[in-house]
Amino acid sequence: MKKFYVPLALFVVLVGFLAVGLNRDPRAVPSPLVGKPAPAFKVAQLAEPGKTFAPADMLGKVWVLNVWASWCVSCRQEHPLLVEFARAQVAPLIGLDYKDTREDGLRLLRMSGNPYDFSAFDGDGRVGIDYGVYGVPETYIIDKAGTIRHKHTGPITSEVLEKTILPLIDELKKS
Amino acid sequence: MIPELGHFCLILALCVVAVQGTLPLIGAQRGRSEWIALARPATQAAFLLMLTSFACLTWSFYVSDFSVAYVAGHSNAQLPTLFRVAAVWGGHEGSLLLWVLMLAGWAFAVAQLSRTLDAAMVARVLGVLGLVAVGLLLFVLLTSNPFERLLPAAEDGRDLNPLLQDPGLVFHPPMLYMGYVGFSVAFAFAIAALLSGKLDAAWARWSRPWTMTAWVFLTLGIALGSWWAYYELGWGGWWFWDPVENASFLPWLVGTALIHSLAVTEKRGSFKNWTVLLAIGAFSLSLLGTFLVRSGVLTSVHAFATDPRRGIFILILLALVIGSSLMLFAWRAPKVALGGAFALMSRETLLLIGNVLLVVAAGSVLLGTLYPLIIDALNLGKLSVGPPYFNAVFVPIMAPVVFLMAIGPVARWKHAAGKDIGKRLWIAAILALVAAAAIPLLMGGWTLLTGLGALLAVWVATSVVSQTVLRLKAGMPPPSFWAMQLGHLGVAVFVVGITLVGGYQDERDVRMEPGDTTVVGGYTFRFNGVKNVPGPNYKAAQGEFDLLVDGTLLKKLYPQKRSYFSSTMPMTEAAIDAGFTRDVYVSLGEALEGNAWSVRVYYKPFVNWIWGGCLLMALGGLFAVADRRYRLKFKSTTVAASLEGVPS
Repeated sequence: MKKFYVPLALFVVLVGFLAVGLNRDPRAVPSPLVGKPAPAFKVAQLAEPGKTFAPADMLGKVWVLNVWASWCVSCRQEHPLLVEFARAQVAPLIGLDYKDTREDGLRLLRMSGNPYDFSAFDGDGRVGIDYGVYGVPETYIIDKAGTIRHKHTGPITSEVLEKTILPLIDELKKS
Repeated sequence: MIPELGHFCLILALCVVAVQGTLPLIGAQRGRSEWIALARPATQAAFLLMLTSFACLTWSFYVSDFSVAYVAGHSNAQLPTLFRVAAVWGGHEGSLLLWVLMLAGWAFAVAQLSRTLDAAMVARVLGVLGLVAVGLLLFVLLTSNPFERLLPAAEDGRDLNPLLQDPGLVFHPPMLYMGYVGFSVAFAFAIAALLSGKLDAAWARWSRPWTMTAWVFLTLGIALGSWWAYYELGWGGWWFWDPVENASFLPWLVGTALIHSLAVTEKRGSFKNWTVLLAIGAFSLSLLGTFLVRSGVLTSVHAFATDPRRGIFILILLALVIGSSLMLFAWRAPKVALGGAFALMSRETLLLIGNVLLVVAAGSVLLGTLYPLIIDALNLGKLSVGPPYFNAVFVPIMAPVVFLMAIGPVARWKHAAGKDIGKRLWIAAILALVAAAAIPLLMGGWTLLTGLGALLAVWVATSVVSQTVLRLKAGMPPPSFWAMQLGHLGVAVFVVGITLVGGYQDERDVRMEPGDTTVVGGYTFRFNGVKNVPGPNYKAAQGEFDLLVDGTLLKKLYPQKRSYFSSTMPMTEAAIDAGFTRDVYVSLGEALEGNAWSVRVYYKPFVNWIWGGCLLMALGGLFAVADRRYRLKFKSTTVAASLEGVPS
């Protein structure tokens, strides 16, 4: 009576899929922007509203764009790592203060240290829309030609920094 | 001290259920009565220990003991007392503890209410429940201990997620868990029957009230959750096909099939294997649901903080419990005798078709829920499956089920004549066809879906009414008759709700300044402005709206936009004017420049019929449980059965 084994067989297949699924992160959605030119924008800087910033200014350099905000709790989690990263001077680190007020943003940098070369200010979140920001913090690695090569959503961990971000920056710098 | 006491009770409970899950089972197989006799006291002790443990955690919340990590993570000194107590199950660890407490509670109830049942059978049932409890208690103790200390203690708690700070939290999870976990009893009865080889009518009769009780809780739990999402989330929807909603709906679908199949097994002795498989399936899906919610393999609005260790543990538990049950099934099922034969046209056939369709519906929902995971596991990319899939697949499968609901009850067992059925249903058929044409037109436009909905609802409702009238002529029917009719009427009412809301709701997103009006569904909303009001642990911007019909003031509505001190996400509290035939619903969006606000207004015809229908179904279930005639009957026959059973 083989038919009575059918439920068991189906279940075994299901467990197989669940076991594989456990090791995947359902939130890790690959960004459609990876491999595409970084969307252009031109906004005022956070500390000096008189100056502006546009990604085109960075052509010829490998650089990192980090989206952050004073209201974002997990940004504080990655903050010490960013400070460390900045100290090593591997690549320019530019912040994008997202949906924030200038005052709050600047206060946070004063209080917990400023890892950024400078931050661009995106108070109304329009730049964020172009970049498809859906969870702050987000980190983009952009190559010399202005193409986004990697996107990380959520706080950076030391593992991500060591195993993904730093090797990628090294590689991009050589090319 | 109190948290340590709770932890200690939990460990003791593990030891006790380890006894409950082994010795009585071995005793029942070997016929050792002193081991069999252990089942009841062990179950009682386990329940008391679990209750004490749960009380300890509740106490820690009540006195805001922030030296307990779980309390610090899910409560706050400013949290109102009611929510502080409900916050016990507001997170992963506590809700698992509630799960295990309920499992122990169900086992306790079986132990107390099974005096007339054969002792070996009781020992097997309690033993199986004990084994399941061992797995879950290990899970709690090893990966999710709610009593873990946080040293030094936190100054103040992180607070309960503001979305959960609602009376819905007080009732929805316990109800739902009672249902989820309640299927463990049906499961244990099925496994016990497979172990003993006695798959008979007595077994079905014993399982029925337990299964029905669990089903009632699950129905109410799901309905409460849906109602909560409707008024709390402010999205205006009542079902989102979210993976976790599906996780609760899957056991419901299979459980619904099970209660019908059990009826056939009891009355006609047929479908035995099928019933056993459904009993295993319903509880397996409850466990699977727990896995999906707890492991974070799927993204969902219900996701808790996840830890891969937990996922692996519960997957192993799932594999052991379900795998061994299905193995047992495959081994024992071929030996089960077939029940009474029945003709192609009979109540059995109709029930079987309905049953299979329910299982297919559950399968398609399961497939849609797991599809993103399967595709990802096969490295075929990332995708999500949304409501369009579920609606497209679910409606065509369930429509025939609802259609059959009117025919099944008037068809005879064994052999039914088409002529008889036609004689009893032609009025219902005519009325349904008229309704299918007329109701959508009256509501404002005919579409295929609204026509179908009206047809099915009226078809079932008239069939229920005509059967009831006919039956009353022969005297007062027993509760089990009312159970079926109320349950089916509930489905008809539910179908009215979903059809009319789906077809004729109206919503509008508008920018409003004080003094502006907007019209939706014949109702005028006048915006009078927003002012700030304080709350216990939040501050709110509260809008004031006049709801007008034909220029006369019907009601004032006060939707809120709350900022909780502990969270950056603002919460929307919609203001709803609920009614029998419609809800009107307004929620505040964002503050715009000046005094203007973005405002969302809804008109929802017959939306309350959705939950009203669920209530009727649950009420039907209660009637079934309460049927005295039925209980007396099973008492006498189970005594007979147990007498036969003793020598073995």
